[in-house]
Amino acid sequence: MSVFKLAWRNLLRNRRRTVSTLLTMIVGVIAMLLFGGYDHAVVYGLQTSFVRDGGHLQVQNKDFFEFGSGNPAAYGVRDYRRVMRVIADDPVLKPMLTVVTPTLYLDGIAGNYAAATSHTVMVFGSEVTGQNQLRQWDDYHFGDAHRRKPSALTGTAPDAAVIGMGVARVLQLCDALQLAHCPKPQPEPRSAAGPVLPADLAALAQNTPAPPSDQRIELLAATASGAPNIARLRIVKAQSQGVKALDDRYVGMHLAQAQRLVYGQGEPMVSAIVLQLHHTRQIAQASARLRQLFAGPLRDQPLAVYSYAELQPQYGQITGMFGSIFGFIALLIACVTLFTIGNTMNMVVLERTGEIGTLRAMGLRRGGIRRLFLCEGVLLGSVGSVLGVLAALLAAGLVNHAGLSWTPPGSVDPSPIAIILWGENGLMLGTILILTLTATLSSWWPARRAAALDIVDALRHA
Amino acid sequence: MLSVEMHEVCKNYQLGQVAVPALQAVTLAIHPARFTVLSGPSGSGKTTLLNLIGAIDRPDQGSIEVAGQDILRLRDDALSAFRARHIGFVFQNFNLLPVLSAYENVEYPLLLAKVAPAERKRRVLHMLEAVGLADKARNLPGQLSGGQRQRVSIARALINKPALVLADEPTANLDSATGATILALLRTLQQQEQVAVVFSSHDPQVIAAADDLYTLLDGKIQQKREVRAKELA
Repeated sequence: MSVFKLAWRNLLRNRRRTVSTLLTMIVGVIAMLLFGGYDHAVVYGLQTSFVRDGGHLQVQNKDFFEFGSGNPAAYGVRDYRRVMRVIADDPVLKPMLTVVTPTLYLDGIAGNYAAATSHTVMVFGSEVTGQNQLRQWDDYHFGDAHRRKPSALTGTAPDAAVIGMGVARVLQLCDALQLAHCPKPQPEPRSAAGPVLPADLAALAQNTPAPPSDQRIELLAATASGAPNIARLRIVKAQSQGVKALDDRYVGMHLAQAQRLVYGQGEPMVSAIVLQLHHTRQIAQASARLRQLFAGPLRDQPLAVYSYAELQPQYGQITGMFGSIFGFIALLIACVTLFTIGNTMNMVVLERTGEIGTLRAMGLRRGGIRRLFLCEGVLLGSVGSVLGVLAALLAAGLVNHAGLSWTPPGSVDPSPIAIILWGENGLMLGTILILTLTATLSSWWPARRAAALDIVDALRHA
Repeated sequence: MLSVEMHEVCKNYQLGQVAVPALQAVTLAIHPARFTVLSGPSGSGKTTLLNLIGAIDRPDQGSIEVAGQDILRLRDDALSAFRARHIGFVFQNFNLLPVLSAYENVEYPLLLAKVAPAERKRRVLHMLEAVGLADKARNLPGQLSGGQRQRVSIARALINKPALVLADEPTANLDSATGATILALLRTLQQQEQVAVVFSSHDPQVIAAADDLYTLLDGKIQQKREVRAKELA
């Protein structure tokens, strides 16, 4: 008769109480794991979204991240085709890479002459093929239903551009782009007391027909030498960018067009070379290898590598927030477990005081009594947490099949509401371990009390 | 060597601020292989005396030797080991472990003594046979009658071949016929196993069966009587 066998039989003695304690634990484990699984889904979803947008890593001029927004043209990557080739052909990096594609960021002023409006914008120049390849990444198997559609620039003319919904609204392109839910400004009635144009200018204004409002805008930007340059772009689509600040300023265009705007006939550069890896866990290894390349064949210019988490601080903020909530829930569940099992074990010790006296009289040492009650706590904890994990897997399966989705902050595309538990062995084993340890801890005091009982008093209790 | 030798043993219980004397300067000797009865009315100190002999309680004063060992010198763990090896208990309420079968209850002291599995099985089956419960080996205590439970309790007390068995009014919760059967069984096994049994009771049947009789009153030995002649070596 092992201690565990005896402990197990003792647990089965008062089945109602044992079941009630186990149910409390199971509900706690389900809550903990469902949120943990949801937290993982959010993290993986966000990661997927960011990696599809800007890859896992970006190779930039080492000062672009800090100072590039003030003068993007001055902090470009020179001879970027060679840099891309060196990276793509590197025997260490090659097996890890899925996409290597350049991108150019710049600021400018977009104007709609027909509406006499203009607005400062952020311009993202990219190669469509690379962008579409980036969007295929699905290492966490969210499936085709949540895969991004190809870029709106796919198959378009070199002067095509995509703008944010806010840019379309400000530049009054809603009608031209046939956008729904796109309000137009109401012109204020002119004051009779206001300044009056001279008669000849008023006649000129009256007789000059307004140019037709079409899908074209003018984009003014500073060249690398500081001179102004203008590109005329044809808007193919207005897309929501998720965040209003970006939505009001976003212009996406072909890389070649953006380079002509900034560098003219000079050597074209890019702001960053976007690298996408097969797996996120390869970031450290790929970064280390890139730094070796920067010190070797690419040492002719100052380069640095940044991960998506460094480039997108909100990633860390969002995952940190969910992590904190998960930690808080885990702490609450651990406390509930601690007190539930502690209470159960205290009652068990009280009920079995006579038995404790008998066992001690027969020669069982204090340590043996302690072990017996600790074993009961460990069994309650481990059985409760294992059953809880199984129940949580079932509940997660049900939620995952419900097909729910949400749009995370800073994201355009909806993410599935998924509970990622299957395969998250660390989370499940960690939960079992933490709750079993908590159960052991909570039964330690009753076990100690049982072991310290005076034999005669205990026998008298019977 | 005497099974038990007590000298000038005193034991008080604290009742609030008042110390209530349970035993006062008790001196006695229990001889091996004898059936000794402690008799006396309720509150006379029989159970206290048994607890002290059984090394589950400590006196305030005096000395106690059991099987040649000064038990007051032993620390808690050593005392537990000593009890497991040398002393068997039969309780008034049987005190069987309810989650263990009759077989497992009898086997438990052998587990504490770390007896090998094959030897355990042999001894348990033999002992259950001896108490007439071979066919009830798998029954839980809840599936046994009071008399059967007490038989299991006796088998458990004797399984480890102790020097001493302490029985605290083991027939008090049984009807007279069953009590007589239990007494006869214990007496028979005591003689077969040549073990010293100390039996506390004020039942005339039990007193009549004694080899030695100690009568207690108010924590003192009132009378010591040798009922049957000793057959000492």
